[in-house]
Amino acid sequence: MPQSAEKVKDHVDLFKEPEYQEMLRAKRQQFECGHADQTVKESDDWTRTWEYREKNLARKSLTINPAKACQPLGAVFCAAGFDGALSFVHGSQGCVAYYRSHLSRHFKEPCSAVSSSMTEDAAVFGGLNNMIDGLANAYALYQPKMLAVSTTCMAEVIGDDLHAFIAQAKDKGSVPADFDVPFAHTPAFHGSHVNGYDNMLNGILSHFWEGERQPGDHINIIPGFDGFCVGNIRELRRMLGLMGVDCTIVPDQSDVYDTPGDGEFRMYDGGTTREETMAALNAKATVSMQEYCTKKTLALAKEKGHETAAFHYPVGVGGTDDFLMAISELTGKAIPDALKLERGRLVDAMTDSMSIIHGKTFAVFGDPDFCTGISRFLMELGAEPKHVLATNGTKPWAKQMGKMLEANPYGQGCQVWPGKDLWHLRSLLVTEPVDFMIGSSYGKYLERDTGTPLIRLAFPIFDRHHHHRFPLWGYEGGLRVLVTILDKILDRLDEATGEAGVTDISFDLTR
Amino acid sequence: MSLDYTNDREFHEQLIEEVLSHYPEKAAKRRRKHLNIAGDGTSDCGVKSNIKSMPGVMTVRGCAYAGSKGVVWGPVKDMVHISHGPVGCGQYSWAQRRNYYTGTTGIDTFGTMQFTSDYQERDIVFGGDKKLREIIDEIEMLFPLAKGISVQSECPVGLIGDDIEAVSKEKSAEIGKPIVPVRCEGFRGVSQSLGHHIANDTIRDWVFSREDEHGAFESTPYDVVVIGDYNIGGDAWSSRRLLEEMGLRVIAQWTGDSTLAELERAPKAKLNLIHCYRSMNYISRHMEEKYGTPWTEFNFFGPSRIALSLRHIASFFDDTIKEGAERVIEKYTPMANAVVERFKPRLEGKKVMLYVGGLRPRHMINAFEDLGMQIVGAGYEFAHKDDYQRTASHVKDGTLIYDDATAFELEKFIEAIRPDLVGSGIKEKYPIQKMGVPFRQVHSWDYSGPYHGYDGFAIFARDMDLAINNPVWGMLKAPWAA
Repeated sequence: MPQSAEKVKDHVDLFKEPEYQEMLRAKRQQFECGHADQTVKESDDWTRTWEYREKNLARKSLTINPAKACQPLGAVFCAAGFDGALSFVHGSQGCVAYYRSHLSRHFKEPCSAVSSSMTEDAAVFGGLNNMIDGLANAYALYQPKMLAVSTTCMAEVIGDDLHAFIAQAKDKGSVPADFDVPFAHTPAFHGSHVNGYDNMLNGILSHFWEGERQPGDHINIIPGFDGFCVGNIRELRRMLGLMGVDCTIVPDQSDVYDTPGDGEFRMYDGGTTREETMAALNAKATVSMQEYCTKKTLALAKEKGHETAAFHYPVGVGGTDDFLMAISELTGKAIPDALKLERGRLVDAMTDSMSIIHGKTFAVFGDPDFCTGISRFLMELGAEPKHVLATNGTKPWAKQMGKMLEANPYGQGCQVWPGKDLWHLRSLLVTEPVDFMIGSSYGKYLERDTGTPLIRLAFPIFDRHHHHRFPLWGYEGGLRVLVTILDKILDRLDEATGEAGVTDISFDLTR
Repeated sequence: MSLDYTNDREFHEQLIEEVLSHYPEKAAKRRRKHLNIAGDGTSDCGVKSNIKSMPGVMTVRGCAYAGSKGVVWGPVKDMVHISHGPVGCGQYSWAQRRNYYTGTTGIDTFGTMQFTSDYQERDIVFGGDKKLREIIDEIEMLFPLAKGISVQSECPVGLIGDDIEAVSKEKSAEIGKPIVPVRCEGFRGVSQSLGHHIANDTIRDWVFSREDEHGAFESTPYDVVVIGDYNIGGDAWSSRRLLEEMGLRVIAQWTGDSTLAELERAPKAKLNLIHCYRSMNYISRHMEEKYGTPWTEFNFFGPSRIALSLRHIASFFDDTIKEGAERVIEKYTPMANAVVERFKPRLEGKKVMLYVGGLRPRHMINAFEDLGMQIVGAGYEFAHKDDYQRTASHVKDGTLIYDDATAFELEKFIEAIRPDLVGSGIKEKYPIQKMGVPFRQVHSWDYSGPYHGYDGFAIFARDMDLAINNPVWGMLKAPWAA
């Protein structure tokens, strides 16, 4: 008998037992009517050829294993970074269940959002009543300070007018007339979650920035859609604190996605306050950490008279240097010695480890700015990105990426793949292999199929815990990225030299 | 051997009043109908069910697409299931249900892949039928070993008037494989439940209507189909073993680890065994009417119910099978007893609240009770009246019942009752753990499983123990805090 009370076997071991193996074999043979093993093997081999790759890359309509989500996910993430804000997503309710699950699986944290629960009648008559009742219910039950309205594709297709609906709901007394209900149309059939983030932020800032601007000295920093927001935003605050920079981070999810285990559930925690958001209009400048998450928002800031600057998920030495120097330039605050010291420590660590990573080839996938930032750091380490793929990457992004790669000796021969998915990447990895891959948990299927070791640094990370609580940004973050990459390389090296009496000639104690 | 206990009716009545007092009047009036205390003499736990959720209340429910693609069709492993519409639905449901299968993914099986038409603005404006045709061609080119395709409609498909049925028929004739159009747009119905029903109907209309192309199939008097087991963490496998050991021949699993051939041949069974009644009773009733195949429900959670179910299933067959059932019970009972002996002392008297889909709250009660645990509250996301009727006899007097509970209600109930364990979903997990209440996901088995059958019961008991008795629950308060 495979199971026992003393040593309980779960799915990991139970199904390896002979009783189960035999049962599954018999099931396949007698009832599944599958293909012969040889046929499956031949087909698998064929998917690893250049011929298959060309067919695969020629795909026009089918998307397989994309590395992107839809707009409202970005909107819900964005709104979570405002103090007391509750996302209200107008449309079908299943979508909201999905956003909440998706974010919870990554952050291992609660994620609250409500839906207007539109059904067939609303599809015919429009969702006005859903908006009226929904705002009233959410306001009464969850006592938010703000209801941030975005849309599912259902509401977009039938053309519900948020501006008019919210005004009518207020007329009907759903929420007080002066209660903040910013909104954004976030059609799922346009762009991706990074655009949803941008649209929601643009909607919220437009709502709060209606007054006259009184230019001040402080600056705004927009982090962008970021699975590592908890660690990154805190690191950002720490660095800017060391510099003595007066800044507002808009929006800030670092607390709401990292609440303590102390017996209390905090549906809301931290986040940019109403006052800070309103005062952000008076900022001297608005700085985006991720250009492709903030196109519209930066345009709004510019229109309001802010100086603007945009980065691409700055990771590593140069990325952090550029960011800090830009902040210094904008604020007139010097970069303190403490940060110079941290920089020196990161560079020192790089000198210690360069021989491990130099010349290693990489595939990188994720959101466009992430791809840019990580690729830049890889090249600083002497590593060579070979495939950089962003399913939600645009042609202008690819062009920008291409320029950066061309200008760097370590970027030569790297191919940039905007709009491609992870089934494309499978073909690329089997025809033009690389040593390692950096991306999200979705990459684990590629690791299994192609043997390319996966380093998890991009959203979403479902199958490893808590990494997002540590920063990737700043010199400290760079150190963490470096260690994460090194650990994977060195673990692989030990595996490759780890078989006793066979491969262990160079199973070295010191590496 | 049902445990003897009652729950605090008066306290639960007060709780319901307290919770309702926070709703606007109109909403309170509607929600009241979904909350009740068991044991009031009603046959259906006294709650209304399968009714639209109210806007803005944070319902836990999903949609018809989740019920069709996520639950019923998704596990059919040798077909490609297209999430037809924008990218999100397929992305969020990608490989999250843990319905295990064997096969070479991407070659002859496709379970943990996400195929989407990734609708763009132009598809909304001009319609997606042309794109769907191209997608089918591309699937056929890149995945020639796929046995068929299903088209899982997302919201826009039904709103813009695409004719996926026409495209499916046309392309199916062209490629010589079944293509099943499923109208499971997320705005249809009130929950996942309608998606189950729609998916069942498409099996009837688009699978059973086809000729059996798999060659001769010799029936035996002992052929059964396991219906409504999605093989979460391998559940269907630990169930199948028991059925085979008692002498039955499982000719198909619906739909965990299933193939198209298994769907097609199911009508040849002598008996359909339904685990998840809610999601697959429709097709079982159809098979009864059309093919005369009887069906019966069974419950493989916990040794008491497993033994009852094995004997009940055997009662449909001759003595060979009846003896087989006794043999299986005899073989596994010592192991099950050892599991109880090990874990019951650690779990006895612990109070449990459940809030799950449409089956498990009633199905799991006895498994908890086998370990000496007590159910203090139970509710369903998307159950119907007949589910609550099936629940009434399983819950003790005074048990709090909540239908389509909102996040607000769950939090308030749990805060007041302070159960020792809550079983619900990923969205509920973290808020509840932060409150200091142990939690297990009982959709995905919290990345564990299987929980079905005797082998699964040992894992179930281990997991409930580790959830409740982990030392972390003693550390929530800082020792210096007053």
